[in-house]
Amino acid sequence: MQITGAQALIKSLEQQGVETIFGLPGGAILPVYDPLIDSTIRHILVRHEQGAGHMAEGYALATGRPGVAMVTSGPGATNIVTPIGNAHMDSTPLVVITGQVASASIGTDAFQECDITGITMGITKHNFLVKSAQEIPRAVAAAFHLATTGRPGPVLIDVPKDLTQSMMDWWYPSTVEEYDLPGYRPEVVLDEDAVARAVQLISQSERPVLYVGGGTLKSRASRELLAFAERTRIPVVTTLMARGAFPDSHEQHLGMPGMHGMYSAVTAIQRSDLLISLGARFDDRVTGKIPAFAPSAKVIHVDIDKAEFNKVRIADVAIQSNVAAALRAFDAASAAPQNLDVWWKEIRIWQEQYPLVYDEPLADGPLRPQHVIEAIAKNADPGTIVTSGVGQHQMWASQFWKFEEPGTWINSGGAGTMGFGVPAAIGAKVGRPDRTVWCIDGDGCFQMTAQELVTARAEGIPIKVAILNNAYLGMVRQWQEMFYDERYSEVYLSADLPDYVKWAEAMGCVGLRATNLKEMRDVIDQANAINDVPVVIDFRTDSSEKVFPMVAAGASNDDIVVHPSQRGGVK
Amino acid sequence: MTPPEPYLGVLDHTPVRHHILSVLVENKAGVLARIAGLFARRGFNIYSLAVAPAESNARFSRVTIVVDAESAPLEQIVGQLDKLVNVVAITDISPKDALERELLLATIQTDVDNRTSLLDIIAEAGAAIVDVDAKSVTVMLAATPGGCDDLEKALEAFAEVELHRTGRVALPRLGKTASA
Repeated sequence: MQITGAQALIKSLEQQGVETIFGLPGGAILPVYDPLIDSTIRHILVRHEQGAGHMAEGYALATGRPGVAMVTSGPGATNIVTPIGNAHMDSTPLVVITGQVASASIGTDAFQECDITGITMGITKHNFLVKSAQEIPRAVAAAFHLATTGRPGPVLIDVPKDLTQSMMDWWYPSTVEEYDLPGYRPEVVLDEDAVARAVQLISQSERPVLYVGGGTLKSRASRELLAFAERTRIPVVTTLMARGAFPDSHEQHLGMPGMHGMYSAVTAIQRSDLLISLGARFDDRVTGKIPAFAPSAKVIHVDIDKAEFNKVRIADVAIQSNVAAALRAFDAASAAPQNLDVWWKEIRIWQEQYPLVYDEPLADGPLRPQHVIEAIAKNADPGTIVTSGVGQHQMWASQFWKFEEPGTWINSGGAGTMGFGVPAAIGAKVGRPDRTVWCIDGDGCFQMTAQELVTARAEGIPIKVAILNNAYLGMVRQWQEMFYDERYSEVYLSADLPDYVKWAEAMGCVGLRATNLKEMRDVIDQANAINDVPVVIDFRTDSSEKVFPMVAAGASNDDIVVHPSQRGGVK
Repeated sequence: MTPPEPYLGVLDHTPVRHHILSVLVENKAGVLARIAGLFARRGFNIYSLAVAPAESNARFSRVTIVVDAESAPLEQIVGQLDKLVNVVAITDISPKDALERELLLATIQTDVDNRTSLLDIIAEAGAAIVDVDAKSVTVMLAATPGGCDDLEKALEAFAEVELHRTGRVALPRLGKTASA
C-alpha cells in the first residue's frame, strides 16, 4: 500500500497505541497535520511548544505511558528543548517529533532550520534524523522502544519535510530485530552473586534504610516495596522523585530525605549502617556534602542503569536490575536484617522531636503557604494528582501533601524547571481524566507558562491551580535572606502585578483570591465545586516564610537547620 | 595584576593512567559527534582517537580511543559510552596487555650539513623514506607510540619539521583477553 510519509508517521503512532499528541504546527511539520484530521489520535493544540513538552511529561508521569509531542522545525524545536532536558534528568519516557527543513536544504541555513538532533544529543536517550520515508515506521517503533525500556527517557525524531510529502510502501516493524538497534540491549540478567552478597549485608545490618528513588516508580515496584518493607521492618525514605512510591500514612515511612527533607529521614540516613538504594542516584540535593553523607553506611545500589554505580558513591554491592525484580529476589532469599527495635526507638525520638511544623496561621492573613497546602489536601478527592513548579511551593507541597499511591505527585526534580506545574497538570488530567488534578504553583512559576490555561479551557481540561503568591521568587529570596545577609537582589515580583484573577478570567478560567483564613476555606470549596473549567486561585501568602528543615548547599547533612521554633532544644 | 596565562597545552604524549577502548559503533552519520560530545560534557579526556570502517562489515566502524583514566574512573567512561545507542561493543584493553601501533609521517627540511645525521636517525628509528627532493625528506614510521615519541623527539634537532601522527590502534596481545 502506497501512502505518504506523513500518513505513515500518523499510522505508526496509531500502531504504538498513541491516544494523545501535544503539539503546535508550523511549516516543516505541516504535511503531518493533514492526515491527523482523519486519525483517532487526539491532538491538544498548545500555545507554546514548551507547554507541549511538559504536558507530554505530565501525561507520562500520570499514566506510566510515553508522552508524545509534535512541533515544527527551528524555533518550534528549540522551544521544546527545555522539556526534553527535563525529561532526560527525570528519566521520563517521551517521544518528541520535530519537523525539519527538506533534506536538500539541510545545512544551508534554510528558513526555520536548526540542528535539533545536534542540540538535543546530550539531553535525549537517543535521537534520529530520518533519511527516507520508508524509514519512518522503523524510527517511530524504535523511538517508543528506546523511550520505554531500560532506563526510560526522551527520544526525538527529526523528520525532513520532503519525506513526509513523498510516497512510501507501508510496513511496520513486527520484531525488535527490525528496529535496527544492534547496540541496544536493555534486558539485564540478575546477578545472583550480587544478590547473595546484598542479602548477606542486609542480614548483618542493625540500622538499615530503604532509600527509594524515582526508579522504583518507573519500574512499578510499589507493591514489592511495600511487601519487602513490611516483612523486614526496614525504615523507608522516598526522594522527591519517588513520592507516592510508598504510602505517606505508613508508620515505616520517614518521608523525604535531602536538602529540605524530614529531620528523621535525613538523620536516619546519616546514622544508618546500610543504605539500600532502589532506583535512586545519590543526587547532590539528597547527599549534601558527599564525604559526609551516611558516613558509616554500606551501600547496596539497585539500578537499571549501570553507569549510576560508583558515579557519586562507591557501592559495596551493585545490582543492575529493575527495582521490582531485585526486591523479589531479596524476598525469595528471605533477606532480613537484625532486630530493629533499638533502631526504631532512635528514629521515633527524632520524629517526635522534629516533626514538620510551621507557624500558627493568622486569621487575617497573610496566609501560611504550608497551611494552604494542608487545607487543599484535606478537602481534595482521594487519589488527587498534584503537580508543582519549582521552588519553595514545590518543597512545601512535597512535605505537606500526603501521597498514598504512585503517579499522584508530578514535579520537575533533576532539572528544576520553573513553569513545569501548569502544563504538567494539563497533561496529567488528559491522561487521567477521572482524577482531580491540582497544580500547587508559585507566582514566579505561574508567570512562565500560564498561557497554557488557554489550551486547558479550549480543550476542556478542568485543572485547578493554587498560586502561593508571596510576591517573590521565594526560594532565591530565602537563600538571599539566609546566605547573603538579607541583600535581596532581583527577586521581588509584586503580589498585584499581574492581577491573577483577571488574568485567569481572560483565559476563560474561574479566578479566585484569598487573603485570609475565611476566604481560604471559601475559595477551596468553590474550586472543588467547579468541574467543567479550569480554576485559578491567588492565595496571598507570607513572603517571609522559609522552607525548613534545610541543609545548606554543599553542607553536611549533619548540619541540618530545623524550623526556628525547634531550635535550642535537645539535638 | 597580571592576567592568567592562556592554556598552551601539555606535551605529554601518553597520560600515566591511560586505557585503550576499542569501540565498535554503527557506521552512521553523527556517531563520532555523539562520542566526542559525551566525553566533552562528562569531562572525560580523550588522548587520541582513530576511526576506520570495521573489519568485514560495512555496517560498523571501529573507534580506538585512548582515554585518560585520571580524568574519570574507567568504569564511568565505559558505562556512559555503553549507553550510547549507536555503540555496539566496547573492548577495554589495558596498556600492559595491548599491542599498540601508530603511524607517523614527517617532512624534514634538510641541507648538505645535516642530511647524514637525518639518515642516521631514520635508520635508527626503523622509519622509511617515502618521498624525497633536493631540500626535504618525508619519512614514515609505523611503531609503538613510544617509538613514535622517540623519533619525534629526535627530529626536534631540525629547524623545519612538519609532523603528523594518526593516533594509535590496538589489539590485545596473543593469550591476553580484553574485558568487554
